[in-house]
Amino acid sequence: MITAAALAFLASVCAVGAWRLTRARWTYRAPHVAIVLWQALGVTWGLAGTGTLLAYALEPYGAGVLGGLRVFAASALSGGYGPPGPYDLPRIFALIAGLTALTVLIVVLLTAGVQTFRARRRHRTLLALISSDDPEVPGVRVVDHPAAAAYCVPGLRSQVVISRGTLKLLSPAELTAVLAHEAAHVRERHDLVLLPFAALRRALPWSRTVEDAQREVGLLVEMAADDAARRYCSPRRLATALLRFGTAGAIPTPHGALGATAGATAAVMARVERLVTPGPRLPRRVRYGIVTFSMALTASAPLLWVMPH
Amino acid sequence: MGVKGLGELERSIMDVIWAQPSAVTAREVGRLIADRDLAPTTVMTVLDRLTRKGFLIRSRDGRAWRYEPAESRDAYIAELMLEALDLTGDRSAALTRFAQAVSGPEAEILRRALTELEEE
Repeated sequence: MITAAALAFLASVCAVGAWRLTRARWTYRAPHVAIVLWQALGVTWGLAGTGTLLAYALEPYGAGVLGGLRVFAASALSGGYGPPGPYDLPRIFALIAGLTALTVLIVVLLTAGVQTFRARRRHRTLLALISSDDPEVPGVRVVDHPAAAAYCVPGLRSQVVISRGTLKLLSPAELTAVLAHEAAHVRERHDLVLLPFAALRRALPWSRTVEDAQREVGLLVEMAADDAARRYCSPRRLATALLRFGTAGAIPTPHGALGATAGATAAVMARVERLVTPGPRLPRRVRYGIVTFSMALTASAPLLWVMPH
Repeated sequence: MGVKGLGELERSIMDVIWAQPSAVTAREVGRLIADRDLAPTTVMTVLDRLTRKGFLIRSRDGRAWRYEPAESRDAYIAELMLEALDLTGDRSAALTRFAQAVSGPEAEILRRALTELEEE
């Protein structure tokens, strides 16, 4: 019972922590650190949440979560003996709920991974057919479209892409800043950070906290790329590039697709703000503290899973 | 095929076919990119690849195949841009984008901030 209680406690800590973190603003002063904390909260919440149900359900086996699952699977396959203790209805429900939740999480994550992979492959194939090189921006794919767009297609061979409209819209210094920003996305593999949160959003579309979390991590990733870019360009030019992009005018959306989401303006302003007038960085002591805490948190749920009792 | 890769060749051939008003045969494609020193079998191979990938549709014309584009070039550009601007509404994390454009009074806020920054 102690394992189940500990896992339940851990899951609640993560849920409350995530809720608090969506409202925190210190994160803008250390986006990289905040991203690590978000990842730790996400992984631990998933493992602790499902682990709570399984730990309770499998307690009669007295072998912990992982050990219990193994014994349960073995006894189910051999069609034989049950646990030594009585097996009551609540535990059966907990077992079904726990296994279902765990399966849903894994399947959703894998599906998101496969879909993302396919979407990128299709995107890359199309790019190969219709994008061109431009001597002005070597190594960057240019798509012939008047709207402003700059993005990267992540992967083993990442590609940075901009539209013809972007070339027209930005000054050379601003363009350098945008490309430095995209290069940071590529280098730090931010797409892998975003993937599980996008997947979680699909698994729990009604959860406000998950929605906020996805948006917040998305913004932090942009800030992290801004921070990396400012080492290679003028932060002021990055800020004006951002504003120019924001005001470039959205292209008309076909068949009722969602346009620019609410909060896009606030996100752009928050990024501009910290580029133009950077606040004090989070003290080194605090940053290391948060990273250490995140690592301990990430280790805690797996430890409780393998604990025999 | 020279130093240029297969991808480059696929693009040139699509460009040729997009520029034609109607379906073309492999021989015509070969003639239209005559400035390249291409073997007819190479053209056939690339046309076949593009057909299998769904970018070309072919139809019988006597003993030869005629090829036409499945979609216009603009349709593909539009597809890319919808994803690039995150307008597909599927909330995927397939691409990482620099920033989003906003419209109406929201854009006005950004425009003012831009003017301020430029004046400083």
